[in-house]
Amino acid sequence: MTKAILLEIQCEFLSLLRMPRYSVSIVAFPVMFYVFFGVVLKNGPLNGIGPSVYVLCTMAAFGVMFAALMGLGVGIAAERGLGWLEVKRASPMPPSGWFIAKLVSALMFGTIIVTILFTLAVTVGGARMPVQQWAELGGALVGGALPFCAIGFFLGYLITPNSAPAMINLVAMPMAFCSGLWVPLQFLPHPLQQIAQALPAYHLSEMTLAVAGASGHGSVVSHIQALAGITAVFVVLGWRVWRRDESRVHAG
Amino acid sequence: MVIAELRNVTKRYGPVTALAGINLEIPRGQLLALLGPNGAGKTTAVRLLLGLSTPDSGAARIFARDPRERSARTRTGAMLQVGRVPETLRVSEHIRLFSSYYPNPLPFDEVVHAAGLEGIERRLFGRLSGGQKQRVLFALAICGNPDILMLDEPTAGLDVDSRRGLWRHIRSFVARGGSVLLTTHYLEEADALADRIVVLNQGRIAAEGTSSEIRQRTASRKIRCITSLEEPQIAALADRVSVRRDGLFTEIVATDSDHLVRRLFAQDPNMHDLEVTNAGLEEAFLAITEARS
Repeated sequence: MTKAILLEIQCEFLSLLRMPRYSVSIVAFPVMFYVFFGVVLKNGPLNGIGPSVYVLCTMAAFGVMFAALMGLGVGIAAERGLGWLEVKRASPMPPSGWFIAKLVSALMFGTIIVTILFTLAVTVGGARMPVQQWAELGGALVGGALPFCAIGFFLGYLITPNSAPAMINLVAMPMAFCSGLWVPLQFLPHPLQQIAQALPAYHLSEMTLAVAGASGHGSVVSHIQALAGITAVFVVLGWRVWRRDESRVHAG
Repeated sequence: MVIAELRNVTKRYGPVTALAGINLEIPRGQLLALLGPNGAGKTTAVRLLLGLSTPDSGAARIFARDPRERSARTRTGAMLQVGRVPETLRVSEHIRLFSSYYPNPLPFDEVVHAAGLEGIERRLFGRLSGGQKQRVLFALAICGNPDILMLDEPTAGLDVDSRRGLWRHIRSFVARGGSVLLTTHYLEEADALADRIVVLNQGRIAAEGTSSEIRQRTASRKIRCITSLEEPQIAALADRVSVRRDGLFTEIVATDSDHLVRRLFAQDPNMHDLEVTNAGLEEAFLAITEARS
């Protein structure tokens, strides 16, 4: 059983890794933006922390979020819509293994992105923090991908295979902007700052900034609570669309 | 012994009746071909037997169980019509992953051999030809060492060589004692592989029998002529006749054309522009199906 799940994870991870459309784009974007805004443009300190750490937090938050939304959302939409999931459903495959493989793969890509960004931050960005804080930041980022896995799962059952990448971009990019991932929140118009409170990307980036020692908006705990709440909502929604899909009358 | 069956099954999709009270039996060690045009209900029959959908009335049974039970799934292999298969996995990875779903899978080398995949095990799925892709899907169907295979149009879109290649592998599965339900719209394919053929049309069984029985019934001719006779008059002249108007012409599909032509002349000596040709498969289906309805 465990061996079967490990194999499922391995296959899911390898198939994503060999798909540059996924693997290169989800790693390249956060790395590129980090180099531009965290290394090249180096402004003064923001909210009490240096730009190399500040931009690290927001870009890594974007990275784990994007990897999870793309990995689950686009992956599930494609397998569902093009009949591959049917082949697997006709076999005795446990549905949980299929889902766990998608979840773990997205978290693994998140870990890879965080590792690359941390390495860049220390080597060329000159970021300095106690080891424990680095560990906490890494944990916060990878764990913070979970709500986006739930959202990706939910979206994967709503969107069609052809429109999936575009739809995920349409969700991820505006949310990243409104959550202060591109431009720090205090520079955004007031109405957008209000909207941000409701967005999971805002809570993820504020949580990581707080872990990194920034004086920002709200405590680490309050952001974890918000993220846990959002996760719960999308787990329930995801479960409902999954049930609907399982019992749907497929024409043919 | 019956391995799988549909018992008086009706299945509707909204206003469309996909299957209208049909009975099917697949005995052990036999290949049953479901033959019919698109939309005849073939895929619906397969999906019901795989537990991917449930009948509105009647029952689908496999090993005397509900097809959705895990114990039924572990003994069944399936090849469905798939839009896209993950392309960035190697052939060997696809096979090993699928094998892991079954309690007693076939050894890897045996699967590779039984599906004719020697030498391409390391290739990525996306780099394979159409025929190779279908053979990989066949490998995934047999890797769990099933007792029955459901093959939904396994050779659709393949060239003649690839089609014959896959036939060879299907035959050797049956030769080892396996049972198969195969859907196709090629009469030739059903003829080449099946122990029994069931002709399905608009959700009903139009004909069934061995391949030679079916061939006899589909050995139809198309008669094209200009005649003053009305359609019901012509239809009354012989068994299993279908008639349609095509402008000035009347087109008649019948199995015993010699006899019918003689009778047509007897009834209408002025009949002219007569043409008698071999009917295509489509006309053959029509001859069978219209005679029954």
